Amino acid sequence: MSTSPAVAATVTPDRTNPPIRPITDMLAWFGELGFFIVRVVRAAFTPPFQFSEFIRQLDEVGAKSLPLVALAGSAIGVVLALEARYSLVRFGAKALLPSAIVFAVVTEMSPIITGLVVSGRVGAGIGAELAAMKVTEQIDAIEASAVDPYKLLAVTRIAACMVALPLLTLAGSFCGVLMGWVSATLVEPISLARFLNAGFAGAGFKDFLPPTLKTAVYGLIIGTISTFQGMRAKGGAVGVGGAATTSVVLSSLFVILADVLLVKIILLLFP
Amino acid sequence: MPTTQDSTDATARSKTTNQAVIAINNVTKSFGPQRVLDGVTFNVHRGETLAFLGRSGTGKSVLLRIIIGLQTPDSGSAIVLGTDMAQASEEDISAVRTQMGFLFQHAALYDSLTVAENVAFPLLHHRKDLSESDRHDRVQMLLNEVGLEGHGKKMPANISGGMQKRVGLARALALDPVILLLDEPTAGLDPISSGEIDELILGLQHQHQMASIVVTHDMLSAKTIATRIALMNHGKVVIEGSYEKLQGSNESFVSQFLHRDS
Repeated sequence: MSTSPAVAATVTPDRTNPPIRPITDMLAWFGELGFFIVRVVRAAFTPPFQFSEFIRQLDEVGAKSLPLVALAGSAIGVVLALEARYSLVRFGAKALLPSAIVFAVVTEMSPIITGLVVSGRVGAGIGAELAAMKVTEQIDAIEASAVDPYKLLAVTRIAACMVALPLLTLAGSFCGVLMGWVSATLVEPISLARFLNAGFAGAGFKDFLPPTLKTAVYGLIIGTISTFQGMRAKGGAVGVGGAATTSVVLSSLFVILADVLLVKIILLLFP
Repeated sequence: MPTTQDSTDATARSKTTNQAVIAINNVTKSFGPQRVLDGVTFNVHRGETLAFLGRSGTGKSVLLRIIIGLQTPDSGSAIVLGTDMAQASEEDISAVRTQMGFLFQHAALYDSLTVAENVAFPLLHHRKDLSESDRHDRVQMLLNEVGLEGHGKKMPANISGGMQKRVGLARALALDPVILLLDEPTAGLDPISSGEIDELILGLQHQHQMASIVVTHDMLSAKTIATRIALMNHGKVVIEGSYEKLQGSNESFVSQFLHRDS
């Protein structure tokens, strides 16, 4: 029995786009990322170091993200105060409101919100900037000038993200706690000193330091993913747009996944 | 007192005075099934300018990128200042690159830096012995050389394409290179600007006595600035020699190229 050409066309496997293509693409992406990380690590520990570019990036990543992080932190503080009050009053635990706000903001909400806000603002910025440099041959020009682009562009940005994230998280936590108090005191007046005393009662550095410092890992993820996506961009405007989008999406995704792991590790190490 | 940089320069220059500074031997390069370079062989000596012409996609720019080590050949060798760019370590390639200047097709200026900062970029990274005022003077001298005095504080986006090429040329000359690679220096420019760029390149070559390779589609430009012209087709050098030699050729591809531009 012969098969008609139309049927044959539908049953013939498409060898140019096999079903395992997404898997091989993903493996290739991780492979390229591995090579990229090796080059970045080698560049990071080989002098000369690009201190002036690092300071410029610290300003770009840190100082310029501060208003956004402060705003996000403040919003979190207000929302937590409103939501927590409602729940705690129902269970007759209103006195725990300061502790609930302080612990929620400092241990989880501020770090993750800062990570996501920075991955949106900085991830897109780094991804688009480096992609534009790549497609206009500026990165080739740096290399042709006998300057290591991994050292100048990648190491400085990744290091700046790692240093800036914990500092931004501190700022976010401060704004969150402050606005949590403002929100709480508007409903039922309480002095700031009393609010803080109640909020931090029984808490030590181990409760607040590891969650803040874990954001350095978020910085590592955001910096690495966005510089990698930017420096491997191809094509014109489409390539730049794609690099910016994937930088944000992937760095946000990996920040959330890292959070799950880091929370577990912190709980194991600091019970 | 001579610096380490000066003595390195002097060694490189004396070593390359009598021998070819660029020796390309049987280089091949493919992208997927497409072979863009197919056994290309040539030498360039100090003070010489070799112009590569050919149809688009015949691997001329790839050749320049192989010479400066941005790409590696599939086979063959690219010996630049005595270093095989395909086999050398990153440190050795870097050392050779400090002796080379590269003008990219679209200038590839750093758009976050001013014109002066673009020109100062190689000096900042490789001439740390220069004081800030010496570096400033050197940048001004280079901008004067390319006719851009007074434009140092402008951003690349705010100057014309011809001016961007001039800035790219000044940046390529910043480290006083032994070799100058020019990728389509007159592409996209009007005939007057093209003529000005040609005159500028010619003047700089006489002044600095570099070995130059120019990739271009512009036969008039090649005739003006090159001591030798190589015509490429299907990844091979079809003919190489003076403009007069090309004129005397019976090859139909050569005459097509010459008559289209005459």
